[in-house]
Amino acid sequence: MIGLWSVPLLFALPLALGILSLLVTPAWRPRLIFVGLPLLTLASVDVLARLVLEGPRIYELGGWEAPLGINLVVDGLAVGMILMTTLVASLCALYARVYLRDYPASSSFFWPLLWLLWAGMNGIWLAEDIFNLYVGLEVMGLAAVGMVALRATPQALAAAMRYLLAALLGSLAYLLGVALLYATYGTLSMAGLQEAAAPNATTHVALALIILGLLLKTALFPLHAWLPPAHGGALTPVSALLSALVIKGSFYILMRIWLVLGPEVTPIFTAQLLGVLGAGAVFYGGWMAWRQHHLKQLVAYSTVAQIGYLFLFFPLVTGTGPEAARLAWDGTLMMLVAHALAKAALFLSAGNLILAVGSTQISHLVGISRFRPMSLFSFGLAGVSLMGLPPSGGFTGKWLLLHSAILSDQWWWLIVLFLGGLLSAAYIFKVFRMSFREGPQIDRSITPPLTLDVTALILASASILIGLTAHLPLFWLRLGSAFGAG
Amino acid sequence: MTWNALILFGVLATSLVASAVIFLLAESRHTTRSVFNLAAAVVKLLLVGWIVWGVYQNIDYEFRFTIIEGVDFILRADALGMMFVGLSSLLWLFTTIYAIGYLEKAPNRSRFFGFFSLCVASTVGIALAGNLFTFLLFYELLTLSTYPLVVHRGTRESLRAGQVYLYYTLGGGALLLFGVVALHVLVGDTEFVPGGVLSGLDPSLHPLLIGIFLMMIIGLGVKAALFPLHAWLPMAMVAPAPVSALLHAVAVVKAGAFGIARLVYDVYGIEFAFSLGLLGPLAVAASITIIYGSLRALAQDDLKKRLAFSTVSQVSYIILGISLFGPVGTLGGLVHLLHQGLMKITLFFCAGNYAETLGVHKISELDGAGQRMPATSVAFTLGAFGMIGIPPMAGFISKWYLGIGALEVGMNWVLGVLILSSLLNAAYFLPILYRIWFRRRERLWCEGKVLGRFETSGWLLLPTLATAAFALVAGVLAGMPFSPLYWADLIVSREYLP
Repeated sequence: MIGLWSVPLLFALPLALGILSLLVTPAWRPRLIFVGLPLLTLASVDVLARLVLEGPRIYELGGWEAPLGINLVVDGLAVGMILMTTLVASLCALYARVYLRDYPASSSFFWPLLWLLWAGMNGIWLAEDIFNLYVGLEVMGLAAVGMVALRATPQALAAAMRYLLAALLGSLAYLLGVALLYATYGTLSMAGLQEAAAPNATTHVALALIILGLLLKTALFPLHAWLPPAHGGALTPVSALLSALVIKGSFYILMRIWLVLGPEVTPIFTAQLLGVLGAGAVFYGGWMAWRQHHLKQLVAYSTVAQIGYLFLFFPLVTGTGPEAARLAWDGTLMMLVAHALAKAALFLSAGNLILAVGSTQISHLVGISRFRPMSLFSFGLAGVSLMGLPPSGGFTGKWLLLHSAILSDQWWWLIVLFLGGLLSAAYIFKVFRMSFREGPQIDRSITPPLTLDVTALILASASILIGLTAHLPLFWLRLGSAFGAG
Repeated sequence: MTWNALILFGVLATSLVASAVIFLLAESRHTTRSVFNLAAAVVKLLLVGWIVWGVYQNIDYEFRFTIIEGVDFILRADALGMMFVGLSSLLWLFTTIYAIGYLEKAPNRSRFFGFFSLCVASTVGIALAGNLFTFLLFYELLTLSTYPLVVHRGTRESLRAGQVYLYYTLGGGALLLFGVVALHVLVGDTEFVPGGVLSGLDPSLHPLLIGIFLMMIIGLGVKAALFPLHAWLPMAMVAPAPVSALLHAVAVVKAGAFGIARLVYDVYGIEFAFSLGLLGPLAVAASITIIYGSLRALAQDDLKKRLAFSTVSQVSYIILGISLFGPVGTLGGLVHLLHQGLMKITLFFCAGNYAETLGVHKISELDGAGQRMPATSVAFTLGAFGMIGIPPMAGFISKWYLGIGALEVGMNWVLGVLILSSLLNAAYFLPILYRIWFRRRERLWCEGKVLGRFETSGWLLLPTLATAAFALVAGVLAGMPFSPLYWADLIVSREYLP
């Protein structure tokens, strides 16, 4: 019977731990991860095992049927996201336990917010109806805003404020769209919408509102302005969580809704437009990342660029042949997972480098390769994946997307993928170049605790390994989708 | 997983494991690092010897697993690949010995040897790759692992060289990727097969295939330093001497030339490539590079720069041989892959010895070096004679077969290129030899260092003499079994008579 419990446990446990962590003294709060992480890992693995053995299913919470109860979808996509979240968030939590010792005031609020964030994300991955998706989105968004504010400096508060406005505006637009759909079709469930939705004016307005809201929350160019200050200015583990996982939440919702509505409702024009915005993000984000002097801002702008790749999904999946669409699905998800792993690793190792030299400026990294080879190595491995060079998850994803673009005769996306890769190489190597320089600076560096280096290295290695073993995760992710068997 | 697959993977793993262990060892553990590195190189050489014997007897060595649907990671030992693996593992051993001596007391040795091993691992991967995907994977890994070596000194100049290196190689890599994906869409997983896999395609696709070929040749030509894509190579001369050896003889330019060989023989197929009219332009490009490299070499006073332009010229002999549509020309090109490696690494070792021992970097300062360092100078002379193509050095064998191959297929103008280039080679190597042996040094050598009981440190001298001896023996004993010529002949018989 454990299997039945592991699904609700995935969001109930983080919620419970969040409440519990408010009840215990601040000193005890970090220790709760030693209960939470093993249990959540077990639950995630159990969900995966059941998916592989028994196939995808709809899980009825508490045994109540849809209009009355809440349905949860346990398919390959949801389980893949859950595993990704468990891996990344667990390592970030282990990192944070050590890192936040220097920030006692922030630490006490970090832990409740972390659990809340985790519950919100798992809620999104599992939700089967568009209203519960909204609930997850709000919970996740508010927790994320709180985390940005943790540093409590004026800049951090300003960034958090901007983020809050963007997040609220985004979910408001999304909620309006949901309300319109509900008023028209009388259903909130994905399955219901899939049957009922027709290409009429109301649907299109609702879709437009939903897309706009989600784009704002995903920080797609040109709606990205809130992201760099929020992600670049936050505490390092927070930056990693936000860039790796949180923005994927809203993208995931958009992807699900897009596929549910199907090609009759989703116009090719909109798909191409989303792709163009994605291309804009790749170029603008890459260019801005290259121009930064502040290490974490560089990494934050890199996120703006990488989000762009994900949006190539829409033109590649809409109105194209089944083979091209499947490749687009595989490629986008590979990109998404690889980015989550690599970006978390990049932020964590950037944080380590900053700790080591005591400065956030890239120009102060002169000669660091001699003193902190391990931090730099993690940064490099993650960078390889972001540049889309083999062997890495980023490369495998890019390969699949290229393949899909050629098959569907949309050669213009090839240019985006090529130039995007070269731009990312430019900003990653900007950091490397500095680190190899033998400068006049006096050799001094602080050695960060080993945990910080090890967690970053594990994430970076994972972003490489997933590219070499992509076969299996991609097979799992396809389970229960329109693109796979079963 | 059979034993043979494991042995094959072991060839790759020896350098990968060496790299990982070296990175983990503390900077100060010099002895442990050196012992481990040398042990890995020796083990690798033994494994390679084992597989070479197996390939000779037509035993299959294959290691594969699926990466994504329709794309496999394949390592496979064939005659062509083993030739390259043999070269790079042999030279890895010598270069490691040399580098241990060269970098004594230098900082950042852990980083250096770690990336060096990773470079060799990538090269082995390139050589053993059984399909284009695996080839591309290691080709890009080679770019990434060479960068830290090029910028190793950390000076402004070397950082600049590293940047130019990246511009060229990453740009080339992107073009190559495009070609690989395009071929993948056309014919699926492109495994390397003698005779190629594309000749069955519809004729309406032929213009597209020509375009893809061009793009991939540009991508590979960057590393092979094909004119006008060669500019990074002379700039990269700021790196330490073992790195130059790696770039010029062991790994990088060879990877480009080897990739072109794979593309022509095992993807397009030599006959299909000829029928598409691709080989003629390739021969012209190679010839231009041969002459251009030699002309530029004439004008250099910096010894390493002159050697670098000489590489630009010499590597294109390989490409010229590939583009001659006939077995004898192919033989000349392939055998030069080995010969050029042996000769050029000797020359770079010598240049390093002069620089380390005498502090001499310019050709105009080499007067009388032969008296001070006779052994090094003999090695240098042997290498230079080989490059000019004087019998019985290895370089002569290459040029002989290239010439005959060209005559056989009626491309008589190639003979003119060969003669002109040999004259130019003589024109830029003989003056150096004249200075070394026949001019007298007017001032005393400013000897800051006493490096052991030989003319220089034994770590530097022994590898130099060993590679010079190999270059000599490869020429003198070219008719013996398992000489480079013998092996190239085996490859040709398998490529032309599949």
